[in-house]
Amino acid sequence: MHNSSCTVKETARKILESGQAERLLGWEQDSSGYNHAPAVFKSAGELDRFIYDRFCGSNLSKLLARLREAEGRTAVLLKACDRESFNLLVREHRIDPEQVHRVDIECSGMVDIEKLRNKGIKGIREITESGDELHISTLYGEKRCRSEEVLLEKCLSCPAVSSADAFDAVGQMEERSSLERYEFWKEALSTCIRCNACRNSCPVCTCEQCIFDNPRSGTAGKASADFFEDQHFHLVRVFHAAGRCTDCGECTRVCPQGIPLYLLNRKVIKDINELYGELSLEDKELGKGALTSFSFQDAHPDIIRKRTGDQ
Amino acid sequence: MSVDKQPFKPLIAAFCCNWCSYAGADLAGTSRLAYPAEVKIIRVPCSCRVNPLFVLRAFQRGADGVIIAGCHPGDCHYTTGNYYARRRMTLLFSMLDYLGIEKERTKLDWISAAEGVKFATVMNDFSKEIHALGRNTRFGDLRCTTAVAQ
Repeated sequence: MHNSSCTVKETARKILESGQAERLLGWEQDSSGYNHAPAVFKSAGELDRFIYDRFCGSNLSKLLARLREAEGRTAVLLKACDRESFNLLVREHRIDPEQVHRVDIECSGMVDIEKLRNKGIKGIREITESGDELHISTLYGEKRCRSEEVLLEKCLSCPAVSSADAFDAVGQMEERSSLERYEFWKEALSTCIRCNACRNSCPVCTCEQCIFDNPRSGTAGKASADFFEDQHFHLVRVFHAAGRCTDCGECTRVCPQGIPLYLLNRKVIKDINELYGELSLEDKELGKGALTSFSFQDAHPDIIRKRTGDQ
Repeated sequence: MSVDKQPFKPLIAAFCCNWCSYAGADLAGTSRLAYPAEVKIIRVPCSCRVNPLFVLRAFQRGADGVIIAGCHPGDCHYTTGNYYARRRMTLLFSMLDYLGIEKERTKLDWISAAEGVKFATVMNDFSKEIHALGRNTRFGDLRCTTAVAQ
């Protein structure tokens, strides 16, 4: 257990004991030790289950929108990447800031369990941390691993953790030929099993009725018959979040198939940044998002056709 | 099947705004200007009525190209609709290109009610481009294709 975990737990305890909030949104210790789920804590006594370590990747902002009808104030723990989605939900009136006790917590990057497994570390029993290193106790003995090698994709470009540029991968993809991109996405997207996890975890997807649930669409709750269906599903999903996506990386984190969905979301953000100025979601009124505003000088879509590097 | 031996006849969906481009198409007709019959016009109240999903739906139903035509910037019947359409479609076209779908398959142009000639030229040019590209094999939906198209 590293230090920040204890301080966060202490903060949570103080909030619940002092009655600053009726409940607290945090993470609950999972029996596996690396799959902590979001949970609601109603009293300080329940905090035994509370955990904050390097496996608390989930974004709590979306749950806050679901707790909107609940009485009393809700305290929420927000990591740096979750604050952006929190701001967006406030701006879109999905969260009433008066009803929320916001606690900003520090984060030094979350660990991607899949990356650990890909390094051949299996049968994980317990993970402890010291400095930059993770000590993993597995069924097959003790293993060590530098934590920066196994961070979640979203953490690799987080200014607090790393200096990498979030849009490098998108730029590399843009440089490929049209056919190469097609082949890449065909391979990546056809693994989609339409579990809807990307949609369910997305803090931007707060519609009460979703087109993907429409039983008459012929696509709800059904595996894809061909690649085109996956293409459409992901295009529609990305477009519903266009101009609102805060790149919190939840979709990529939860995808059981490891589809690099962040490449799609970041492409939209990159385009918006390049064409319409830096995408910023903080301190903006409703109706001033990239796709809900315009300027007279906006570029004509023909600039897409004029791009170099085709076929 | 003998169907395969027939020359490629593309299907082009043209979303035309009611106030400018649809009237432009009318003018092209009354001026007896020829434009390809494979261009299927869909009348919409404004170019910003075109939800990005409409474009996807057109491709799903077997379109080989999709063109959106609206009033010139500044001339929108609803004052600002085409400015919103411009942003939206730029992002959509960019995303389609990113997924490897040929960027020549999508187009947005401004055609006013007085530009019958421009309407015919734009449609002829776009149709030529689609003919050059050939059948759309990278984006569609097998469930939606008819026996003839297959």
